[in-house]
Amino acid sequence: MIFLTIGTHEPFPRLVRAVDAWCAASGHGGDLFGQITDQGAAAYTPGNFKWVGRLTPQEYGDRISRADLIISHAGMGSIITALQLGKPIVVLPRRGHLRETRNDHQYATVQRLGNRPGIFVAEDETRLPVVLDQAVSGLAGAGGIGISRVAEPRLTMAIGRFLAGKPLPEKS
Amino acid sequence: MRPTRVLAVASAGGHWVQLMRLAPAWNNLVVSYVSTDPGLRQDLAAEDFRVIVEANRWQKLRLLKQLVQLLLIFITVRPDAVITTGAAPGYFALRLGKLFGARTVWVDSIANAEQMSLSGQQVRKYADLWLTQWEHLSGEGGPAFLGSVI
Repeated sequence: MIFLTIGTHEPFPRLVRAVDAWCAASGHGGDLFGQITDQGAAAYTPGNFKWVGRLTPQEYGDRISRADLIISHAGMGSIITALQLGKPIVVLPRRGHLRETRNDHQYATVQRLGNRPGIFVAEDETRLPVVLDQAVSGLAGAGGIGISRVAEPRLTMAIGRFLAGKPLPEKS
Repeated sequence: MRPTRVLAVASAGGHWVQLMRLAPAWNNLVVSYVSTDPGLRQDLAAEDFRVIVEANRWQKLRLLKQLVQLLLIFITVRPDAVITTGAAPGYFALRLGKLFGARTVWVDSIANAEQMSLSGQQVRKYADLWLTQWEHLSGEGGPAFLGSVI
């Protein structure tokens, strides 16, 4: 199953439309499920795959853990969840000049995060079909191992000391 | 001696996912969580979990409601320390934290690789520990870097 999720809050019709076109061309629509926000569904209603506006955290967890591949905006919630589950994720960053988010932070973040194994970045919607085909062809034999479920120990240890009212270790 | 109480605050979505990854930091402390979607209780064991209304910076009435809900939580929980990964509820939580005399920690979302988030910049004076997750953004007069959630 391929799971499309565009995030909790804002619509992202540019991604939904491009995925819909890819489904029509590739025949993957029957295998794809999308969470596209109610506002997004009103802006563009996909015709080639099943979708809902919103999912509860439990439904979201269920869908994402059953998915073989995740398609998403470049939100850190989706990316970290995919990394934790060891599943490949294709991301299209939201852009500031298209008013899809406040600024280009998603674009900047994927530039720095990209090229981690399992993260496939489509810079814009014209690149998306190629990147999706690439990710799908890599699925055979992809037995991903998830990253640890917790942050870097140096970070949690330092924060833990601070929360407990102890001094932070001197910088080395 | 009363155990150290921590209030851990994040809006639903990516902010919450990052807060969950920091949980080992308060393993030995008493924690109350605050977020904006009741369904997130499923991510927790038996810890105290409180729900407030979702609001972004344009929804003034909802922001006000969120602030009042947080104030009531501060009155009942009386935290010694407050930690947040953002966004709007995290800003309010650190301001209330200072009013209530708590230690405050802001962990800016890893989604902000080029500059601190807007709420991160605005909360600066109220954060005793003001952290970025990107080393290249840290330094003299800027946020500190102590590691990242991934």
